[in-house]
Amino acid sequence: MKKIVILGGGTAGTMMSNKLRNALRREEWDITVVDKHKTHYYQPGFLFIPFGIYNERDVKKPKSSFFPAGVNVMYTGVDKIEPENKKVLLDGGKILYYDFLIIATGTQTKPEETPGLKEELWYKDIFDFYTIEGALALQKHFKSWQGGKLVMAISEIPYKCPVAPLEFVFLAEEFFTKKGIRDKVDITIVTPMAGVFTKPIATKMLSDLLVEKNINVVADFYIEKIDNEKKALVSYDEREVLFDTLTIVPVNMGDEMVERSGLGDDLNFVFTDKHTLRHRDHENIFVLGDAANIPTSKAGSVAHFASEILFDNLMNAIEGRPLIASFDGHANCYIETGYGKGALIDFNYETEPLPGTFPLPGIGPFGLLKNTKINHYGKIMFRWIYWHMLLRGKALPVEADMTMAGKKRVTF
Amino acid sequence: MGQMELGNTMVDVNDEGYLTDASQWNKDVANAIAKEIGIELTDKHFEVLEYLRQKHTEGEVLTIRKVGKSGIVDIKGLYKLFPGGPLKYSSKIAGIPKPASCV
Ligand SMILES: Cc1cc2nc3c(=O)[nH]c(=O)nc-3n(C[C@H](O)[C@H](O)[C@H](O)COP(=O)(O)OP(=O)(O)OC[C@H]3O[C@@H](n4cnc5c(N)ncnc54)[C@H](O)[C@@H]3O)c2cc1C
Repeated sequence: MKKIVILGGGTAGTMMSNKLRNALRREEWDITVVDKHKTHYYQPGFLFIPFGIYNERDVKKPKSSFFPAGVNVMYTGVDKIEPENKKVLLDGGKILYYDFLIIATGTQTKPEETPGLKEELWYKDIFDFYTIEGALALQKHFKSWQGGKLVMAISEIPYKCPVAPLEFVFLAEEFFTKKGIRDKVDITIVTPMAGVFTKPIATKMLSDLLVEKNINVVADFYIEKIDNEKKALVSYDEREVLFDTLTIVPVNMGDEMVERSGLGDDLNFVFTDKHTLRHRDHENIFVLGDAANIPTSKAGSVAHFASEILFDNLMNAIEGRPLIASFDGHANCYIETGYGKGALIDFNYETEPLPGTFPLPGIGPFGLLKNTKINHYGKIMFRWIYWHMLLRGKALPVEADMTMAGKKRVTF
Repeated sequence: MGQMELGNTMVDVNDEGYLTDASQWNKDVANAIAKEIGIELTDKHFEVLEYLRQKHTEGEVLTIRKVGKSGIVDIKGLYKLFPGGPLKYSSKIAGIPKPASCV
């Protein structure tokens, strides 16, 4: 019996287990998924929790509902991979041998990486919304908050779902306006990048939204520490941003298992060939989802597009062919902008987000880089698509490779 | 997009003055870009620039944190070398793309 082992049963690992079980004969291939948690969270839904739009029950289901029959599932931690022996050590001493390994252990938030972050103000005046605990704590906080300085800060790049902080400030703007206290809430977004938008066309098309909604931007701000007494973010070049409530995306890192196995970079993201999706140094290891160090967004949509390429290349590898399928970095993200509207961006390694329309048979077209109601429905629909189609490895009516159909090449 | 003469070399640059072809880079180009930004390059600067170029060639995403762990200079030191926006300026002088997010 030949063996495929999938490490991580989140978005990417679940998707892959479904695709592979459908394609490979049970008598020939044994498939095992390992994950330390039993609950699957729909992470894109975390964004809506602080504002009471979603609650915990809207974003959580048992992982077991999404794994296909005929796949072994082990709920335990992965301690270490030994690529030279093609084996995986699990917590508690168990060993799994593999012919092919898929690493899909995602990324996690590491508030400990920033001095002062996880101290007395943590979950009192400082929150993240990248975890269920943080999102729920912030919901509770916002229920009684009377206003003041609301700061949304990004600690480090890369982090998953790069547009989420932007969506957060847009939704906060609507939330406090509807509560009737917008005049008492000063909203600021703080980024280590040169701006909230870094691509020329997206900047032109979307940065007016921030001005329109009276949201301040502090750019090139690289957080060194949090001063709990002063309630201030302090940057390495000794600037300060004061806050009353801080929402932060802590430093994102891959799992420590990657470090213990010596397979990734300084942030524990796994060295991955950005086109074949195979490990840079190991023939029998592939990488899918947020765990990979490929230069595109860490997003569920990316994991979905990449899964089709990975599937093809794994089949190529199994059958001894060259890995001819090539991932183009395709990402497709809805951006909630508040008041029932949204924008949509579609891009890849080579092409920055362009305006135009995005064709989706039966539903679209969606307006690219435009602020419209239909794009908001796209985001709301995504939850249904996620549970019912994406995780189950079904084909979505969108191509893995980015298409230029509907896009407008523009020069400003 | 356009061409521009920097340190006696013709290079292709984008609207923000970042080189679009990292292979056109040399030390004179670096000195010329640095001068425009108002930075006088020392050996330490060049160590950082070479490191950035190497990581860029290897396809790695660059961060200030990564440079801070490189053993060449710590983060505070990097700010001293390239004040105001260490990664965007050092990338520009190193002839590699501006650090960017997806939008
Ligand atoms: C607030 C927020 C909003 C988002 N919005 C969007 C959006 O609108 N659109 C979009 O496309 N994406 C969005 N995303 C991103 C999306 O959720 C992720 O990109 C996606 O879930 C990545 O899937 P993954 O399988 O790589 O990682 P995950 O789904 O995080 O799964 C990783 C799994 O590995 C397991 N694991 C890790 N280490 C170990 C170990 N050592 N042993 C055992 N198990 C381990 C974990 O328990 C986990 O189950 C959002 C994310 C957040 C946080």
